[in-house]
Amino acid sequence: MKLTCLDTGGDDGYYTPASHLLEMEGLRILLDCPVDLSALTAFSPVPLGASAGDAGDLIHAVPYYRSPTAVAAAKAGGLDAVLVSSATGLLGLPLLTRLPGFVNTKVYVTEVAARIGRLMMTELVEMHCEFVRCYGPGRDQAPVWMEGEKLKKLLSALQKIMPEDEGNTNLASLMPLYSLENIEECTQKVQHVKYGEEVCFNGILMLKASSSGLELGNCVWTIKGPRASMTYLPSSIFVSAHALDFDYSSLKGNDIILFSDFSSLNGMYDNCKMGEHVVDEIDGFLACDSVFRDDGIDEDENIKYLCSNDDITEEIERISFISSCITDAINSGGSVLIPIGRLGVVLLLLEHMSETLHSSNMKVPIFMISETAEEIIAFTNALPEWLCKSRQEKLFSGEALFGHVKLLKEGKLSLFPHLYSKGLLAAWKEPCIVFCPHWILRHGPAVHLLHRWRADKRCLLVLEQGVDAELTLKPFMPLAIQVLGCSFLSGIKVEKINPLLGLLKPKLVLFPEGQKSLCPAREKQPWSFLYYSKGKTVEVPNMREEFDVCLTTEAAFGLQPMQLDKTTAVARLKAKLLLSNGQYVLAAAKNQLDQSERHLLHRGTVDASHLLSALQEKGIVCSFSADADNSAPTDRERVISITSPGEAVVKMTSERTTIYCDDDAKIAEHICDALRSICNGI
Amino acid sequence: MAIECLVLGAGQEVGKSCVVVTIGGKRVMFDCGMHMGHHDSRRYPDFARVLAPGATDYTAAISCVVISHFHLDHIGALPYFTEVCGYHGPVYMTYPTKALAPLMLEDYLKVMVDHRGEEEQYSYEDILRCMKKVIPLDLKQTIQVEKDFLIRAYYAGHVLGAAMIYAKVGDAAIVYTGDYNMAPDRHLGAAQIDRLKLNLLITESTYAKTVRDSKHAREREFLKAVHKCVSGGGKVLIPAFALGRAQELCILLDDYWERMNLKIPIYFSAGLTIQANMYYKMLIGWTSQKIKNSYTVHNPFDFKHVCHFERSFINNPGPCVLFATPGMVSGGFSLEVFKKWAPSEKNLVTLPGYCVAGTIGHKLMSGKPTRIDIDKDTHIDVRCQIHQLSFSPHTDSKGIMDLTEFLSPNHVILVHGEKPQMAFLKERIESELGMQCYYPANNETVSIPITQNLKINATEKFITSCCMDETENNLQKQSPIFGSDMPEGCGTEGVAEGILLMEKSKTPKILCEDELLHSLGMEKHFVHLEPLLSSRIEEVKHTGGSAVQQGSLADSGCE
Repeated sequence: MKLTCLDTGGDDGYYTPASHLLEMEGLRILLDCPVDLSALTAFSPVPLGASAGDAGDLIHAVPYYRSPTAVAAAKAGGLDAVLVSSATGLLGLPLLTRLPGFVNTKVYVTEVAARIGRLMMTELVEMHCEFVRCYGPGRDQAPVWMEGEKLKKLLSALQKIMPEDEGNTNLASLMPLYSLENIEECTQKVQHVKYGEEVCFNGILMLKASSSGLELGNCVWTIKGPRASMTYLPSSIFVSAHALDFDYSSLKGNDIILFSDFSSLNGMYDNCKMGEHVVDEIDGFLACDSVFRDDGIDEDENIKYLCSNDDITEEIERISFISSCITDAINSGGSVLIPIGRLGVVLLLLEHMSETLHSSNMKVPIFMISETAEEIIAFTNALPEWLCKSRQEKLFSGEALFGHVKLLKEGKLSLFPHLYSKGLLAAWKEPCIVFCPHWILRHGPAVHLLHRWRADKRCLLVLEQGVDAELTLKPFMPLAIQVLGCSFLSGIKVEKINPLLGLLKPKLVLFPEGQKSLCPAREKQPWSFLYYSKGKTVEVPNMREEFDVCLTTEAAFGLQPMQLDKTTAVARLKAKLLLSNGQYVLAAAKNQLDQSERHLLHRGTVDASHLLSALQEKGIVCSFSADADNSAPTDRERVISITSPGEAVVKMTSERTTIYCDDDAKIAEHICDALRSICNGI
Repeated sequence: MAIECLVLGAGQEVGKSCVVVTIGGKRVMFDCGMHMGHHDSRRYPDFARVLAPGATDYTAAISCVVISHFHLDHIGALPYFTEVCGYHGPVYMTYPTKALAPLMLEDYLKVMVDHRGEEEQYSYEDILRCMKKVIPLDLKQTIQVEKDFLIRAYYAGHVLGAAMIYAKVGDAAIVYTGDYNMAPDRHLGAAQIDRLKLNLLITESTYAKTVRDSKHAREREFLKAVHKCVSGGGKVLIPAFALGRAQELCILLDDYWERMNLKIPIYFSAGLTIQANMYYKMLIGWTSQKIKNSYTVHNPFDFKHVCHFERSFINNPGPCVLFATPGMVSGGFSLEVFKKWAPSEKNLVTLPGYCVAGTIGHKLMSGKPTRIDIDKDTHIDVRCQIHQLSFSPHTDSKGIMDLTEFLSPNHVILVHGEKPQMAFLKERIESELGMQCYYPANNETVSIPITQNLKINATEKFITSCCMDETENNLQKQSPIFGSDMPEGCGTEGVAEGILLMEKSKTPKILCEDELLHSLGMEKHFVHLEPLLSSRIEEVKHTGGSAVQQGSLADSGCE
């Protein structure tokens, strides 16, 4: 088995998750295919006429995007399957599906992630069209900026974003965005799965998605081969306020964990704070180390610790804080712009904010302006199976799953596909609260609204930290609008990594080299670590040399075992080898005797005179042929002729026996039996 | 080893479905229904039969209960079993079933207690407590109930959330179909299941003998009858359960009203069905593909022509269409309305679907009664039109045969049907499909023998050598080791040959011959089979050859 880490992802792993190539039992499997949008920041926002701010040295052209490393991997060796763990992990796929070698590749995504992913892709393409409308298509020739000064600037900007990638960024790694047709083509490739659904790939691998808790439809994959089972563990959250909780118990007992949660590395904690964390944690662990070794009650303790509500409480606190900031801005007469792309955060914020507004008796219109707003909002109220337990309870008591249903009904929330939609103008009233794409602030309604409000210090822009705020906001300078940078929980907290591993009991953990210090290997740990880093291939040792096979009773009955010594017996087995749902089965073969050429394995000597007496014991009338010379050395050919019950001739040397008989299989079988019995053969 | 299948209910009848299957020490109860036609102890399955003599603990006796769908004859006894009998183990059902079952159970309780004045067997609180314990299932989700024991739900059509249940213990696997429909209807898709390897299939057989024609004709007939009645100023009563038929017929009527521009009101009795529609909106993922596709624009369960109904409207003049619960006119509001409307020949009563023996619906469907006795003192003169709608959400006999053939189990057990028809179907399954088929009566047990597989190991070389032969025969295969793209897997065409090595206290292992040769110090001896004739030829050649040799020697000697 081999693992190549193609990309460790960007920001905190939410928008751009990591991506890997796994080679298992001769199959090449791509794990996630995100697209890195950071190149966009090197381009100037969609121009808005004279009011445009200082775009400075940003490129004025239709943007190109960084090509996913997966494209190169797919071109190099082809792909047998793609496993996608989130909607964002799907965004780069249309770039792959258009490759000729992708025809037979299968793509597995959860139903909900596929649907959200499709909406995100559509939205992206629609917004990208704004650029095309502005600069003209000109698809066929290479863009002007690709030559000369501008390119250098782009490259330097890109390098600023991804310092670890020095030299890697060249023209070949930039490509234009896909089209709606590409998305359609990609959508048709995708096989939808549900949480807990086992699917069989190529007969040999069993794949299963379990909820990861990070977002609606996000999942952890279990890949079960005949010799090893592996958990592909992307960013996960134990207890979520909207999505179904991390289903870690379904991962218990898998041999290998591919730990691919980079949130604690790239994430929201600033370095200094993270340092503290680590120290705390190690202390904490040394103290509770003994806890791990005893199972039983202590395992429950572990679960309690992992699933404590602190994640959710912190998240709700953050959301409440944002809500209160929004209320303040509205109070002062300003509008609020929320270009956040996290679906879960948007849904929670809608609920909390409307409550805060309601309790302070404020009536402010809330707008959601996006190509896909209507569909997303309708669809989120019809997927109870994918939601956290508390929201499932709402289904069982007949309430709407999310607060936005009520907001829509009461007319507090309005959905529009575009800023120029009919009806938006009529409904428009400031101050207001607007949710709209795109968080990178280069296209989408957000650009227009930010231009409108940037000079108003009463207004509020809610941005996510982790995005390079300076670069992102550069074209909008100078800014008077207040900017609230906020961060959200994006994965497993550092201090929970070890207890989780203790619970899952893997044999081997594949861990990112860069995060080594966060989870140091300790003595007496029942699992070992293997570190991987971007762009390198790691050879993963086989967990088992042998394959598990089922032997059917029917086939077992046909065995003729021979005792070799007190503890060992052997038997020749002829059967049909079947493979279904990742399980090899040896089933009884119909006709066992159709081969004219066979051989025996034996320990004793094969001696013709022994055979003769063995045959005679069985009541077979036989004798050495008259012309044979009984006194000859044993390596000479001896001939036995049989006259009853059938006619046959046996010619025998020490290496070879030839049985001449007519179609009567019975007598041949008698001779074989006798042969086996004289030499302890099988 | 064997699969023991104890039929506690729906054996040679329809009602109180309950089958307890024991495989290798695990025991699953499929469905826990009540019989609508009985009002005594016969209404519940005889649960005591699952207990060992003297035992009282149901939790120890049953590993889990799985409910196929929310109809009372499949779930009606569940609160009784969990709250009164005291079963505390896991109970599984799909999300829609968990959401909708309380509506059905509470409605039933209301009818029984409020209208018929019967003593309740369980209370509203019992229903709530019982439903709290239920673990919801999603379709195709594999649930590990215990070690080596898993269950999985497949889409069954029938009603919203109806599931066929696959259960596997070790190597033995069975499917319990619950009620299913092999043809899609207005709001649900057709049943869907994978090709599984099964030892036993337990299937419903409501329509064991009937083959139904196209649905469109029946839909047209229904709409014609309703239209004729309302245009003549009559009232249409459709006694239906709150969930299922009501929604399907309503989609049909709403659409027809729209097309024909009719203004006559369509009512839903009680808020119940309106509330049910709200559930349908959230559970739209469980309806048919067509409805799901139309959803982004308009929720098909927002009916345009359905109006709110008040009790006093019963006596209002003028035409209307009314959906009233419960179905089968087994009591409650639908009976109340029936009493009022049945005496007028202008009116129409439409009976969708199956009516259990003992209900008024059943009486109306069998023959054309002019007078129905409710009890000793009350009787109704029936002059209204009766329209029987064979809009059953059950599969017909062709569907049962198709499913059985598709799944190809080793054995089939028929439940949920009528005895003579079941006997007929059993014959067909045995003669046409060559499977053993049974249709046990209530409280009978069928035992089905199973074989177990042995777990052994195989070396990589053995597996590779088997598959190499395969690839030589078939060049289309992609990867050298494993070939087929089919999820069901592939098999070697020829025979794989290896040596099974059995060592004490080790898992038996299969190896290639040459891997074993040296480690065990064995030698190879070839055995060749040839026809007798060739030995003679060889002999002749041999003797002939030596004769020539001798001859030549002699010749040379001579010279």
